[in-house]
Amino acid sequence: METNDSKESSREIVVPGDLLAISGKKAGPGTYSEGGKIFASQLGIKTVRQDSISVVPLSGQYIPIRGDLVVGKIVDIGASNWLVDINSPYPAPLHVNEVPWRVEFGETGKFMTVGDIVLIKVVGVDEVKRIQVSMQDHGLRKLTGGMVMEVSPSKVPRVIGKNGSMIQMLKNETGCRIYVGQNGRIWIDGELDNIVKAVRAIKLIEDESHSLGLTEKVKELLSRKGSEREM
Amino acid sequence: MGKDVVADLKRDYISKLLAKGARADGRRFDEMRPLKIETGFVRSAEGSARVELGNTQVVVGVKLVTGEPFPDTPNSGVLTTNAELIPMASDSFEGGPPDQESIEVARVIDRGIREGHAVDMSKLVIEPGKEVWIMFVDVHVLDYDGNLFDAANIGANAALKTCIVPAKRAGKGEDYQLPVQHQPISITAVKIDDKILIDPTHDEERVAEARLTVATLETGNLCAMQKGLNGAFKLDEVFKVVELSRKIGSEVRSRF
Amino acid sequence: MGGTPTDLKLIDERGLRIDGRRPDEMRPLRIEAGVLKRADGSAYVEWGQNKVMAAVYGPRECHPRHLQNPERALVQCNYNMASFSVEDRKRPGPDRRSHEISKIISEALTHVVFTEYFPRTSIDVYIEVLQANAGTRCAGLTAASVALADAGVPMKDLVAACAAGKVADTVVLDLGKEEDNSGQADIPLGYVPRTGEIVLLQMDGDLSPEEFDKGVRMAIDACRKVSEIQRDALKRRYSASSADVDAAQAVPEMPKEGP
Repeated sequence: METNDSKESSREIVVPGDLLAISGKKAGPGTYSEGGKIFASQLGIKTVRQDSISVVPLSGQYIPIRGDLVVGKIVDIGASNWLVDINSPYPAPLHVNEVPWRVEFGETGKFMTVGDIVLIKVVGVDEVKRIQVSMQDHGLRKLTGGMVMEVSPSKVPRVIGKNGSMIQMLKNETGCRIYVGQNGRIWIDGELDNIVKAVRAIKLIEDESHSLGLTEKVKELLSRKGSEREM
Repeated sequence: MGKDVVADLKRDYISKLLAKGARADGRRFDEMRPLKIETGFVRSAEGSARVELGNTQVVVGVKLVTGEPFPDTPNSGVLTTNAELIPMASDSFEGGPPDQESIEVARVIDRGIREGHAVDMSKLVIEPGKEVWIMFVDVHVLDYDGNLFDAANIGANAALKTCIVPAKRAGKGEDYQLPVQHQPISITAVKIDDKILIDPTHDEERVAEARLTVATLETGNLCAMQKGLNGAFKLDEVFKVVELSRKIGSEVRSRF
Repeated sequence: MGGTPTDLKLIDERGLRIDGRRPDEMRPLRIEAGVLKRADGSAYVEWGQNKVMAAVYGPRECHPRHLQNPERALVQCNYNMASFSVEDRKRPGPDRRSHEISKIISEALTHVVFTEYFPRTSIDVYIEVLQANAGTRCAGLTAASVALADAGVPMKDLVAACAAGKVADTVVLDLGKEEDNSGQADIPLGYVPRTGEIVLLQMDGDLSPEEFDKGVRMAIDACRKVSEIQRDALKRRYSASSADVDAAQAVPEMPKEGP
């Protein structure tokens, strides 16, 4: 059981201020350099590559990056935009020019309202972190039906899995449609029992994201028959 | 404004599950979350308890000081209950003086202790009409995931049960055990889509139509109630909550 | 604990302190990271008879808005003592002392946080003293640093804190309550071990320059030990588990279906 995934023998948890390297490498995300040395700036896992060294964080807020697909929640309506909470420190205004419909001034509320869930993309982040989002791309839309859950944004890569393997397994085993926003919000739609199963599996991934044999555990949970409905 | 908007999808999901007889965390409708009680947590208090009810966590401390009784109750100690819904516990709590929500929590806890005669207040008199023990019950919420009423009530009961009257320190004779005579245990239910759910989580509270807290005694009698939120209960629903409170309350009481 | 007798013997003939410690000995310190669910990061510290909880929310939208800094995050600390944390019940709510402590802890933490990464936001740090026994500001700052790291806030290092002081004409480390009440001086100190920077420093009482020198060095040595315990708490939270990190580079999932 304990030997399965342990190919990462050098997996090392580091804390802000820990010395990671003396010199010769580029300071990647989660690190900083000072006096030719590289130190950890975040709690996370030390990751050494050929030319750089970085820390994969174990926690932290979602900070938007251009191109991110995110699941947002409409929290306010203006005359020519919707204010979308994208689970980040920065609110994201969605302008009427960035939706797939023609919206007259003052008619925003006819299209989407407070509490709606939307699948959008981050199209701009400036140096003071002003965010621009858009719904004008293939598949972007207001999400109806199903369920939206939140996981820690740092766990999103685990939910997706290596080359999308985990999310593919979740989709195959539950038959649900699932969108994983980079901001930690996940939309799931399908049969109610299957949604419940997917939610449980994702909670397991979040709780045990750093334990051994996670894939096996998730597979085991998903393969259980829907008979025990205690959820 | 902002983050606290409940997504319609979340509301719908809870509703759909309830229609099938299920709750999002897998509990039965009449099931409490796991309860953990640790007494004697704070040594600087005369009595204390740390309570975890699911992910809700509170610390209750009891302090006793000497002071004057109220003129109309010269032969009785004084009870003061206070609740601090500090911003540590939730991003929906704000700092500053107690708001309506903390005052309601404090008053409901107070009512249970007072009307349930948890403490024999006549034994807290030092000199009738002149000097009595003033009992401060302070509820400190550390982590908020719904149902503060019951977590705080259970914490208060547990803290009182272990409380010592610090008579020696005050130069009033020997220390003695606080004369606790009853355990008024409160159980809270919410109504969502005509379903009655015991011990609501924060998510459930946010979509709940109405809330009812019922405190009962070991005799099975009722001693305090509080209905909250904008929705309403039918009489048979009220009776149902009362019955559940009596049943679950006695289970909780057996933990003391 | 009773009142404070005036003829309290703070250092005995063997040179030991009232609780049996050597002059340079710290009280036992235990730290747990990630103890609260709602907060973004948290830590619980038991330091002698002190019990302190710290929680971090953020970076998040800064309220009130007029405090927003267009270039940086604002680190806002709120230090609060529970009414039952002291022998004489404290009236709930902030007083001048807690305002001052909140301010100096905010400043100490701001020094190590990469605030420039999060313009216009605030990082809110809440310190709740549940049981107080002298040294709560150091315990609070120590807990807050761990909570910040637990929340994933990027920072240069953890701030560690410890006090030194003087009792019965002896320079001692980490004053307990009796020592604080009838001691001659107290020097709470916050320290960044990696850089050797002092980010919190107060002093009250009466010290010769030599005594001050000795006390500060004693406190700094202790901060290095505190730092180790802080780091251990954070690592313990995630150890006993292992996983392949490669998933971190997984390709984001793009929607396939049309609207």
